[in-house]
This record gives sequence, structure tokens and C-alpha cells, in this order.
Amino acid sequence: MELFIQQVVAGLATGSIYACMALALVMIYQAIEHLNFAQGEMAMFSTFIAWQLMQWGVPYWGAFVLTIGIAFAGGVFIERVVLAPLHNAPILSHVVTFIALYVIINSFAGFIWDFTVKPFPTPFGTSPLLGSNLIGAHQAGTIAVTLAMLLFLFVFFRYTRIGLAMRAAAANPTSAKLVGIRVGWMTALGWGMAAAIGSVAGMLIAPIVFLEPNMMLSILVYAFAGAVLGGLTSPGGAVLGGLIVGVVENLAGTFIPVIGGELKLTIALVIIVAVLVWKPSGLFGRSIVVRV
Amino acid sequence: MTKNILEVRDLHAAYGQTRVLHGLDFTVEEGGVTTLLGANGAGKTTTLRAICAMTGTRGSMRFDGIELVGKSTEEIVRLGVAHVPDGRGTFTKMTAEENLQLGAMTRKKAREIADDIERIYSYFPILKARRDQQAGTLSGGEQQMLAVGRALMLRPRLLLLDEPSFGLAPLVTRELFSILATINKQERCSILLVEQNASLALNLADHAYLLETGRIVISGPSAQIREDESVRAAYLGY
Repeated sequence: MELFIQQVVAGLATGSIYACMALALVMIYQAIEHLNFAQGEMAMFSTFIAWQLMQWGVPYWGAFVLTIGIAFAGGVFIERVVLAPLHNAPILSHVVTFIALYVIINSFAGFIWDFTVKPFPTPFGTSPLLGSNLIGAHQAGTIAVTLAMLLFLFVFFRYTRIGLAMRAAAANPTSAKLVGIRVGWMTALGWGMAAAIGSVAGMLIAPIVFLEPNMMLSILVYAFAGAVLGGLTSPGGAVLGGLIVGVVENLAGTFIPVIGGELKLTIALVIIVAVLVWKPSGLFGRSIVVRV
Repeated sequence: MTKNILEVRDLHAAYGQTRVLHGLDFTVEEGGVTTLLGANGAGKTTTLRAICAMTGTRGSMRFDGIELVGKSTEEIVRLGVAHVPDGRGTFTKMTAEENLQLGAMTRKKAREIADDIERIYSYFPILKARRDQQAGTLSGGEQQMLAVGRALMLRPRLLLLDEPSFGLAPLVTRELFSILATINKQERCSILLVEQNASLALNLADHAYLLETGRIVISGPSAQIREDESVRAAYLGY
């Protein structure tokens, strides 16, 4: 029983990382109706920036905050320079662009920081939390930071005018323009926020998976699974989906001997395929009907 | 002499390669109500969309002396042109009150915005009862009122109305039009009205233009248009 609870808690910790990445994916999906394959690489690059800042002597939390700011600016920059000119382009142009971004960012990180695996510090320490053996301090910290960020985002979108404007721009761009909202900039802001969320996820997972240019690949697959499970049209659903995927992945890895550590990633893909076959809109999404 | 809030000269509009308007000239008097009449496909909706840069446009449109051609939709709205679009453009997932708040997105003073929301509720009391309801669940008439309310939240100098009577029961339509007349007087807001229901539109408007396949064929004061034999036969049915 104790093992079970331990695994659930550990699953929630990694699940909260998946939840962040899933949320980042959904935010961009809401705005432009495409999945950003480069989301994980953007997070990885941000994490390298945090590492570099710390190498230069910036303390952890200083680097943490600076990196969020840099990631935000980077997200806005990518949208304005690369995506904005494409906004009426067909789906394949977007897919190719995202793959290009993926490869470019990945190679660039390797070029600057090389491909050797680097340790990444955690500010929470690795000791068990309060002497209990249920949850490690880093896991608890991960969950706490994620919850704080989700709460911030909820308040931002629910109670601020700019949050309302961003929701309006994503839900109904034509009407949003007719009330004077600068829809293009709202999309850019969405990219900035998604990149910032991703950078937090990257910095929290890096102490566990270690820092290297391909570290976010499997994380992104789990995040896709979480987003698809929760529904690509529902930010809350994506968060819940990410958490569920984290727990399921951990429990299956522990209690189903065949799966173990090696086949864990398969679970994510099984979830994606199963959801798409049986409930394509996800648990909380709405099905989109296109009038032709 | 009265001033024109909008002066349109030789306006051409197109959706991609498809040309819809072929050189319109018309004006909207400051503080007045002008209506565009015409059959389906005459280009009435397109004219309103062209004013808000939602089509490709060529020609000249001066709003209070400022050239609109070449400006983006957002910039034009920020100058004080509010558009109640075809299909109402409701933000369906948001509450009625959030829809009204979105209408005031370009304004800063929270106090004035709150006062204006109350003023909209005094015009349309039903919206107050529905304020926390998801806007997509409102009836057609309520959504139309919400769309007008949202447009007024901009404190517009020019209000573009695209078939406000569409899909409404006759009684609701009459109520809406009497409120529009009040708004025109009280808010000192000029109106450009597009309407299928010609007799209704001519009652509200003081000036009318008749469109046929992207060209203006007749124009004049509403009273005169109402008496015009060809208009009566084709659009008023008596």
C-alpha cells in the first residue's frame, strides 16, 4: 500500500510537469488551432539558458525568474517573426514550420552547449520531505510550483481584462477585432505565456532527467497524451489529463512487470491512440463541427 | 449645414477575386440615421464589412476626415466605429456581461465602463437578468440586444447595424427599433443601417440608398424614397 501511494505521489509530481507542457500546447492550439511540435524544444532551450545563467553565478531563483522572462520574450519573438506571416497558410505549412523550429532549436542548443548530459540543480533538495518517505522534497516543490502557476493563470484569464481579451481573441477572432482587440498581439502574448510555462516545466524536470538537448522529447509525448486525453480545447482538461498520464505511467511502470521502465513511453502512445479512436474530443473538450 | 461623419467615394470591394461593390458613393450625416436597402446579394453587408476593412477595398472612405482605406479593422474600431455584424458575433462561451465588457476593451476608465454597462441594462433590462448566463444560450432577440449593447460599449461615433431585425419576432423587432431611435437621439451616435425590412428601415432612417448588384441606383430622403414607385413595388410591396 505504501508503495502504491508513493507511486501515485511520484506520478503526480511528473504529471504536473506533463500538465504544464499540455497546458502550453493547448494555449497555442486555442489561438491558432495547430499543435506546436517545438514546444518541448523551446522549454529545453530555456532550461539551458537557466543553466548558463547559473554558470555565470546567478543564484537559482534569480535565474528561474530571468529565464521565465527570456522564454516569454522568445515565445513572442517566434510568433511575430515566424508564425504571424503564416496565419492564413494551410496546415502543412504549419507542420513543416514546427518541425523546422524543432530541429533548429535542438541543433542550436547542441551547437552552443554540446550534447553531453549536464546535471541541473534543484532548489528544494533531494531529501525526503519532512522525514516522511512518501514524497521527496523536489517532488513536493514541483507540485507546489505548478499549482502556484496554474492558480496564477486561472486568475489571470478569469479576472483580468487582458485575460478576457486573450480568451475572446482565441474564441472568436472576427468579433474580437470588431471590439478593437489586437488579435495578432494576443496570439503573440499566448505564445509568450506558453513558452514561459514550458520553461518552468523544463527547469523542474531537468534535475530528474538531466539537462541535454533531447531531454524534452519523451516529456512532450506524455504532454501530448495528456492534452489529447483532457481535450485540446480545454485548458483545465489538459492539466487534469497531464496529471492522469503521470500517475498511470508510474503505476503501470511499477505494477505491470512487462512494462517496467522500458515500455513506459508506449503507454502515452496507447493513450493517444485510444482517446483518438473512442473519444476524439477528449474527456473535457468539445467536438468541433465545421460547416461546409 | 450638417456635417458628414462618413464620406464614401468610389468604393470598390472584393472577396479575393470576386468583386462585389463597383464604385459606391454615399455619406452618413453626423447624428443621423442612414439606411442601405436592397435585395439579397446587392452588397449591403459587404459595404459594412468594407468600412471595417474586412474585405479588400479600393477608393476612399473618410470618417470625420480620417481616411479609413488602408487601416486595419482594430484601428478603425478604435477611431469609434462600432459594427454589429451579420450573425451577431456573440462570444458564445462567455457570459452576457463579459460580452459587454469586451465591447469596452479599448477604453481605460473602469468607473465609466461600469456606468455604461448599467446604462445598457437600462435600455435592455432582459440583459441584466441574463448577465451571468452564457451568451450562447440567449435567445436570438437577446443576442441581438447583446450585440447592440456590446457595440455601444465602445461609445461609438458611428454605429453600423447589419440587419438587426434578422430572425426576430415582429414585436421584438419593433421594440429593438424604438430603442435604436432612442439611442440615436440620446447617445448622439450616427447610424448606418442595413436592413431587408425596408419599411422598418425607412421609418427609422432620415436618408436612404438603394443598392443593386454593387451599385447605388436611387438615393434620397427616406420620405421621398418611400413614395418612389419602383422602390414601393420592388421592396415595400404595396
